[in-house]
Amino acid sequence: MAGEGEKKPVLEMVQADGADEGCVTFVLHDEDHTLGNSLRYMIMKNADVEFCGYTITHPSESKINFRIQTRGGLPATEPLRRGLNELNDVCQHVLNTFQARVGEFKDGQEQPME
Amino acid sequence: MAATMRNVEEIRNRVILGEFGVKNVHTSDFPGNYPGYDDTWDMQKFQENFRINVVHLDESSMEFDMVGIDAAIANAFRRILLAEVPTMAIEKVFVYNNTSIVQDEVLAHRLGLIPIRADPRLFEYRNSGEESAEEEGSEIDTIQLQLKIKCSRNPRASKDSSDPRELYLNHMVYSRDIKWVPIGNQADVFADSSIGPVHDDILIAQLRPGQELDIIMHCVKGIGKDHAKFSPVATASYRLLPEITLLEPVEGEKAERLQRCFSRGVIGLEDVDGEKVARVVNSRLDTCSREVHRHDDLKNLVKLGRVRDHFIFTVESTGILPPEVLVTEAIKVLMTKCQRFLNELDSTDME
Repeated sequence: MAGEGEKKPVLEMVQADGADEGCVTFVLHDEDHTLGNSLRYMIMKNADVEFCGYTITHPSESKINFRIQTRGGLPATEPLRRGLNELNDVCQHVLNTFQARVGEFKDGQEQPME
Repeated sequence: MAATMRNVEEIRNRVILGEFGVKNVHTSDFPGNYPGYDDTWDMQKFQENFRINVVHLDESSMEFDMVGIDAAIANAFRRILLAEVPTMAIEKVFVYNNTSIVQDEVLAHRLGLIPIRADPRLFEYRNSGEESAEEEGSEIDTIQLQLKIKCSRNPRASKDSSDPRELYLNHMVYSRDIKWVPIGNQADVFADSSIGPVHDDILIAQLRPGQELDIIMHCVKGIGKDHAKFSPVATASYRLLPEITLLEPVEGEKAERLQRCFSRGVIGLEDVDGEKVARVVNSRLDTCSREVHRHDDLKNLVKLGRVRDHFIFTVESTGILPPEVLVTEAIKVLMTKCQRFLNELDSTDME
């Protein structure tokens, strides 16, 4: 994982002894409900995921424990990666739609003045 | 069968406001929860259902509807607007002279809260490392402001006057007295955008003759999570679209009473053969008060609910950036968060 001391870790993986790749707790540093809950929603929408949840370890620590358990031994990094990609695509679509509607609204405001 | 299907649809799509509590609060449309439904994520279905409608937009505030998205993501946008869209604010105050009755630290706090008109996208974050803490700010991360003012007696005031406005000069220090001192090439780069306080009539301190302020301030880029002064919004919130359904026809005196249970404009009265009949005109205007539950003969005639995926956003800017820019910036912040972890995943796989 990220080198200790020299730079702050962004993402860590914690696995119980003997657990397979499908049951992993990811530690997302400097994140809270903002990314935690939206990412949990996207990952829970994935049928390959048996369980997904997150906790904030302590109010004075800025990190979350993000747990993923998959079906059929699928590595837990796969649904995480897919969830992040899908959330990114959702944001892109929301951004495009928002900018288009704001543009239309502004055009509509200008016309009556002419 | 049809009744249970309707029930399931209601659980999935509506939040029910009952007499003794709110039902179906949580999102439950996950794969495996409902037989006969395919709830796995479908980008195409999302894009078909998702829509935005701008209701109101001006320089300082906007209202828009965001429909067809889950609360988890809508809430992320709201949280980012409040705490993670960066702005510039006064962070360091160098007090060279302060003989007013406002203590240095109180004055510094007041100054910090003043919204500063400067596009944060054109600046960098100042390094928070220990070594650089003592370093001087540079033109890419710092705005320098100056407040230098002294109060004096007004020589032209009439003898018997007791009005401080007439007796003294400069006795009220306003945000308009703060002057921008460009660093390096800032005077050229920001020539057409006047950097300074957004509002010129914020009272900072009151002085009496002989008292003076001599202060240099440094503005830096920051986010609301660190300090509320960096928050770009006065408020950013959403509410779910209310839905009011009349289960039975309501007539006469009952109809008038029903109308009074809700906000103005929600329930209309129609004249049918000389009898007044209640009709839901615009449930969007409702404040979702529970007044109707106090009327035993009315409470079973209406159903109060909210549409689970219809968010009515209200964004009020502090004036630093227009509200529509704040929303686009908030969406971009969430995308940056996704990218940060995607990059990290890719780089750890290499090892």
